[in-house]
Amino acid sequence: MEETLLDIDLKDREEYIINMGPQHPSTHGVLRFETCLQGEMVKYIIPHCGYIHRGIEKMSESLSYPQLVHLTDRMDYLSAHMNNEAVALCVEKAMEVEVTDRVKYIRTILAELSRIASHQLWWSAFGMDLGALTTFFYGLRDRERILDIFEETTGTRLIQTFITPGGLMNDVHPNFQKRVREFVTYFRKKLPEYNQLLTGNVIFQERTKGIGYMSKEVAISYGVTGPSGRGSGFHCDIRKLAPYSAYPFVKFNEITATEGDTFARYWVRMQEMSESLDIIDQLVDNIPQGDYMLALKAIKAPKGEFYHSVETARGELGVFIVSDGGPNPARIKYRTPNFSNLFVINKIAAGHKIADLVAISGSLDLVIPDIDR
Amino acid sequence: MYDFAPFIDSYTSYLNAHFSPFWAGLISMVSLGVALLLFYAVLGLYLVYAERKVCAQMQNRMGPNRVGPMGLFQTIADLIKLLLKELIYIRNADSFLFNIAPFIVIVASIMAIGSIPFARGLQAVDLNIGVLYILAISSMGVIGVLIAGWASNSKYSVIGAMRSGAQVISYELSVGLALLCAITFAGSMQLSEIIASQQDGWWIFKGHIPAFVAFVIYLIAGTAETNRGPFDLAEAESELTAGFHTEYSGIKFAFFFLAEYMNMFVIAALATTLFLGGWLPFHLYNFTAFNTVMDYIPPVFWFFGKTAFVIYVMMWFKWTFPRLRIDQLLALEWKYLLPISLLNLLLISFLTLMQWHF
Repeated sequence: MEETLLDIDLKDREEYIINMGPQHPSTHGVLRFETCLQGEMVKYIIPHCGYIHRGIEKMSESLSYPQLVHLTDRMDYLSAHMNNEAVALCVEKAMEVEVTDRVKYIRTILAELSRIASHQLWWSAFGMDLGALTTFFYGLRDRERILDIFEETTGTRLIQTFITPGGLMNDVHPNFQKRVREFVTYFRKKLPEYNQLLTGNVIFQERTKGIGYMSKEVAISYGVTGPSGRGSGFHCDIRKLAPYSAYPFVKFNEITATEGDTFARYWVRMQEMSESLDIIDQLVDNIPQGDYMLALKAIKAPKGEFYHSVETARGELGVFIVSDGGPNPARIKYRTPNFSNLFVINKIAAGHKIADLVAISGSLDLVIPDIDR
Repeated sequence: MYDFAPFIDSYTSYLNAHFSPFWAGLISMVSLGVALLLFYAVLGLYLVYAERKVCAQMQNRMGPNRVGPMGLFQTIADLIKLLLKELIYIRNADSFLFNIAPFIVIVASIMAIGSIPFARGLQAVDLNIGVLYILAISSMGVIGVLIAGWASNSKYSVIGAMRSGAQVISYELSVGLALLCAITFAGSMQLSEIIASQQDGWWIFKGHIPAFVAFVIYLIAGTAETNRGPFDLAEAESELTAGFHTEYSGIKFAFFFLAEYMNMFVIAALATTLFLGGWLPFHLYNFTAFNTVMDYIPPVFWFFGKTAFVIYVMMWFKWTFPRLRIDQLLALEWKYLLPISLLNLLLISFLTLMQWHF
């Protein structure tokens, strides 16, 4: 086991320390990096979280299962559908019911759409972190189309609470399939633009290649999942390891890279976007008919402990429910991907320059409310 | 044609006829100063406007379009807002240095404007060492930046200022060497004579490939010297919030902001004057009819047109490139640009000696 944050010599703490955050453009939220510098070089980073802690897990103990789904949207707000799905799947597993194929297909399409939207926003913000401000507008231009699809079907754009234990809140909008098909063809054309603007740029490659190396062992020991872990060659895609919803019905590749640097993490996400397009392509034309909601008398988990995890845009989101048989969980615990992904930063960014710290934290794709819950 | 000298001569002779020599000198000095300041302010504001429009065009959006037709008065409204904003006093900051820093930066850029030839006869001072003067004055700005970063008593600002210092000192060498190339061709440091030497063709065309290389190096190093574009490490908003001017507010911030744009203008104007023929029109060899038509376009338009083109190029790569890291930035200068400029200068000296340029 390598040195932990607490092992850092207290003497060192008296050196040039800057606080990046809680209000800082590069932390994308209220996160604080206590950064010790030696000139331009970062000696160590202590991440401080908790600025946006809302007690979601505790609050959930006094809410029924359909109610507590609403809180999960507020964790990783860019993967709201996947968060809902995680709770829904866990409760359904506890109740030993299975939703209809129609629900499975729609859930998967929505999840993949939000994965694309999330990666688009990450790409936009990553460019900004590196000083290429134009990426932001390209990414948001295309993300808007996905949000329009969400708005039409679910009524909201960011935190939808559409997937619920037992099915969906409502059936999809009649335009849904047409719109999704349009988006897939549209975005297939636009994705190469992203590479032209940023990926091929010499400065960009210089800034990202070989920076923030994370070995597979480090990824596993810190529990780094999602594209960040897969950039280090860690096969951690829950969609492949334990297929849920409609993933058993589709063919797709688990994107991994072996380099483990910032560029590898970047490139994994870029390829995941087109992979998600392929998944949607396979599903959207074959949505079966059926009910969008199971007729359940009461949504109650039996006495016991239940765990289910899904692959969100940032990694493995696990839901652990301890139930005493009542309508509320006795205890609920979320294993959120960002919490694990955040704490690897000292390991991989120490020894680099300040600018690299920004690039590395950008490549981990942190969403702060997901860390604090 | 289109010579400004008669107007200026008649103005000075009018002053000399009606006032004593002391008052005539004073009035002409004050009117010149007021004219330069007005020009400076208006140009600075509209460069900001132009940047916002260009960047909007790069980013699929409209840019300012509410205040006035096509948003033309947006930057003026912004300036009024900045004038009215509170000047935040930083506790434990060195208040004398903190207050004087923006003035050093802005004075440096105003003084550089003074010796730029905008058209025939339209030049405040035609120094015989014009290029050297502009180089010397514009490098004074970095002192203001260093003072601002140091006096702010903010850790981000100090890092920004140190980066800026390292950057400007390094890139000044390449700027100087690239300018020396044009000076070697023209055989003079006087801006009016450099322009006169391009009467039969601009140096970028006459000087073969070395002149083009010098132009490109000048453009890169010049952008770096103004702390802009992919070289904006001193500000680096995603790393250092706003770098050396993090703690400045209101009109003091506006001074830094305006100075950045005017430095960009000075760099572009110098590039125009030394490589692109200044206010001279574009001539094609032996096409008399074409050349006559070109002559009818006033030199002011030629000068500002070329400068606007160079500025557009600088904005273009600012809005499409990611930022460099500090070690990459210094490596680019010391490992690539400087050796290339030195070789290039040697080549150009040889070309000039052998009279091989056109």
